[in-house]
Amino acid sequence: MGINVLFFGSLTDATAVVELNGVAASNTAALQEFLHQQYPALRTARYFIAVNQQMVRENTDLKTGDVVALMPPFSGG
Amino acid sequence: MNDRYIRQVILPGFGMAAQDKLFAAKVLIVGMGGLGCPALQYLVAAGVGTIGIMDGDTVSMSNLHRQLLFHAGEIGVPKVKLAAEKMKEQDSSILVQAYPYALTVGNAVEVIADYDLVIDATDNFMAKYLINDVCVLLNKPWIYGAVSQYQGQLSVFNWREGVPSAQSQPINYRDLFPVSPAPHEIATCEEAGVIGVLPGIIGTMQAAEAIKIITGLGRPLYGRLYSYDLLQASGYEINIVKQRDPVKIDQAFFEAMNYDPFCGQPEEDPDMHDIEEINVDTFMQLRADPDVFVLDVREKHEYPAIDFADAQIPMSELQTGMAALPDKSICVICHQGIRSVYAAQLIKARRNLTVYSLKGGLTAYFKQES
Repeated sequence: MGINVLFFGSLTDATAVVELNGVAASNTAALQEFLHQQYPALRTARYFIAVNQQMVRENTDLKTGDVVALMPPFSGG
Repeated sequence: MNDRYIRQVILPGFGMAAQDKLFAAKVLIVGMGGLGCPALQYLVAAGVGTIGIMDGDTVSMSNLHRQLLFHAGEIGVPKVKLAAEKMKEQDSSILVQAYPYALTVGNAVEVIADYDLVIDATDNFMAKYLINDVCVLLNKPWIYGAVSQYQGQLSVFNWREGVPSAQSQPINYRDLFPVSPAPHEIATCEEAGVIGVLPGIIGTMQAAEAIKIITGLGRPLYGRLYSYDLLQASGYEINIVKQRDPVKIDQAFFEAMNYDPFCGQPEEDPDMHDIEEINVDTFMQLRADPDVFVLDVREKHEYPAIDFADAQIPMSELQTGMAALPDKSICVICHQGIRSVYAAQLIKARRNLTVYSLKGGLTAYFKQES
């Protein structure tokens, strides 16, 4: 089980995957730390985090089955 | 009633009441590219009475796969001139006002003031922030649209009817991304590639949102960021949360802001030269100097915590927090050394102090220290 992570837009340039399943992390800060270690290019990327489709700004507790989305800004037209 | 609009007028909930609202509406479309072309065509067809179109570009060959208003015989011709002519053929009763130049700090307030609603069909961040800030200043709703590779984003911002009371401030783009990227931060200005149908879909959805806002039909995409994935044929929606301490967008903020349209042409940005960017060695000297005040402008949740800043005022709070700064030289630091340049510009503009920015930010600092 664990956390499911979705990467949007150009973030997949850093991760090479659109989704990670079963990540172990107790909160969003720990998840970010893990992801930044796994994908160093994410550190310099600009994005916000949503937990279960709800934007979060502060460190948020996670539980098994939660879906965390990393959403960057888009600018193309 | 002529037959032109009959098929939408007979829709349940639509009627002449909705049609009359469309006739009376004034919509500005900024950008006449992949998003702007379909948005314009559908709004003209739907009977929106007055439509402004703004773009300084001419048609080029690489536009044609996604900007279906134009054809190969029109390369080199200004886009808005062509678009206005073609829309006149489509429906001569619609007033299409062409602005054959880009949106800038100098013209944005004057042009946007004449419209009820703005559609952002631009292809760069600075234009999006400029539209956002002017719409907040002038109290106008706007419809954001953008694409990245095979995905698109869409939302409605600053829609007054979306909030319960007149006191609360509607959600705007800076609630998503408070600080605009520095010109050299984002690579999306370079040709990232796009499949023509994608901006076609997003631009058409922007037109749909415009029709909903004008007529009062349905539930506009306010407070929600919708993203569409063409490869998966799937949508994903995120509820946007208002910043607890939002950026205060007022006249002073607008005047102090740098809306650089030349995204992707970083090195020669003259505004950057106003701020001395220092390396880690110089930073170590400055931070030991009691006459230098070290200011961390990262948001409160950012890592790692540091003990060598004299104060932390997040970029999103800098507008209101700036008065607390002492009359010393200020050295601004952040994660990457990008926001800190903007913060430094803002401090310099408001407080006229000597301001430095740590080049490469804390990333560079920790790299050197480790």
